[in-house]
Amino acid sequence: MSDIAQLRKDFPTLKQTIEGHPLVYLDSGATSQKPQAVIDAINLFYTKNNANVHRGLHTLSEIATTEYENVREKLAHFLNVNATECVWTSGATQSINLVAAGLTSQLNAGDVILISALEHHANIVPWQQLAARTGARLEVIPINELGVVEPDVALATIKKWQPKVFACSHASNTLGNIQDVQTFVAQAKQFGAITLVDGAQAFLHLRPDLRQLDCDFYVLSAHKALGPTGLGILYGKYALLNALPVYQTGGEMIQHVSFEKTTFRDAPAKFEPGTPNISAVLGFGAALDYLNAIDFQQMHQYEQALFVYLVEQLSVIEGVRLYGDLVNNIGTVSFSYKSEHHYDLAMLLNSYGVAVRSGHHCTQPLMQALNLNGTIRVSLAFYNNKDDIDCFISALQNSIELIEG
Amino acid sequence: MTYQEIYNTLSNTSGWQQSYREIMLLGKQLPALPEVLKTEQAKVTGCESNVWLHIELDEQQQNLLLVGDSDTRIVKGLLAIVLAMYNGKTPTEAKQIDAYQEFESLGLIKHLSPSRGNGIKAIVDKIQKQIAQLT
Repeated sequence: MSDIAQLRKDFPTLKQTIEGHPLVYLDSGATSQKPQAVIDAINLFYTKNNANVHRGLHTLSEIATTEYENVREKLAHFLNVNATECVWTSGATQSINLVAAGLTSQLNAGDVILISALEHHANIVPWQQLAARTGARLEVIPINELGVVEPDVALATIKKWQPKVFACSHASNTLGNIQDVQTFVAQAKQFGAITLVDGAQAFLHLRPDLRQLDCDFYVLSAHKALGPTGLGILYGKYALLNALPVYQTGGEMIQHVSFEKTTFRDAPAKFEPGTPNISAVLGFGAALDYLNAIDFQQMHQYEQALFVYLVEQLSVIEGVRLYGDLVNNIGTVSFSYKSEHHYDLAMLLNSYGVAVRSGHHCTQPLMQALNLNGTIRVSLAFYNNKDDIDCFISALQNSIELIEG
Repeated sequence: MTYQEIYNTLSNTSGWQQSYREIMLLGKQLPALPEVLKTEQAKVTGCESNVWLHIELDEQQQNLLLVGDSDTRIVKGLLAIVLAMYNGKTPTEAKQIDAYQEFESLGLIKHLSPSRGNGIKAIVDKIQKQIAQLT
């Protein structure tokens, strides 16, 4: 990995102290930190180039529009798809809701929507609502006792239900498991399913090639990949995407409006009513540039080595129990300590400057399946280092001592 | 332990780790609530952890009697502090307690922020609401 100490300097938030300790940020699964280049891009837009897009003939509007559309091209290149297949949304959650709402007329009573048991609420509830609207049934691929969807079970469950819609996360937000979505999608397609992959967690760590993955829809959140909050992406294969009805309506997305009738533009414009989150798009453009400058293979190997070290260090603490797939993993681990409440440990860790997530992680059904009320989740990114893990482990040992002492 | 004793102990701590140690000790000393009393009705909503709370009035003395429990050590300790503030007080006296001010002087005010989700704010709100109903 190109000099990690150098890269860390690009992240101003990492340079602070919390409760008198240097911040150890291990909550990148919730949101990634932002490099200075992203902050600068947003700053530059508001201090120099602020104008609305697709509207004015004046210079600033031209600049804003060009840069804004350039980011869409950049993203499309990153994902190996066409720019017209990428819709800006407010986040991965809205992206899923847009698809679920749009499929309403395509489902009938008795049709099956299939998801996996480890999905985030955002990849459960919109499908549950779609089922309620249409009379379709929501079915679930079960997990094993560690919280892993076993490939054989997934393929058999897909075959059993022959779903109309198949939605599955590329990687679990709670456990970090990487799922073999390419194989699952191929199987679901054999039965004519429309497929959606939730890439919110995986995108930063796996940089998927969507042509190769061959799913119909893929969703992600900019803020989990070095970008600003309030921006998501919906990728959809063009014919399917463009066939979805409009989700929200208003300015920008129309072709012609009269009081009798309105005609809409084609995708992606038809899904982008109103003024978009221009500054976030430009910030995300800087995030993509930043990622493009880092060799992916090196980054991936570095993250994986860090994760192996984290798991090793956690495993030797007596009483710690780890969940999930510890081999195929984006660098996120969930654990519990004896019967201690995750809340106490997370609060104590914070007093040592260690930021982790605790609770059910918006995956209550997964917690129920694992018979847990919550876990502590440690989620890594490439800007973490071995020192972060050493500090975390020592803070955890001190916290355990405080609790048991 | 009386509230005054708690106050003295916590005032003499230095650093967060020691405060947490004392808070968790207070929680340990708070008797566990029998399972039958851990009812839905007794639950304080708005807490990330489970918190149960019962408030009654001693008919003869007209004093407040509060019991409670939580499934986390830290919240249970903070709950013990709140209970010590209110237990044995008459409803009129209890109404005058400014729990926020007390937590401020204990140096624990950050635990009262709603975003912390530890529900201390919810606990205090529930106590004040129930006291209002008792009088």
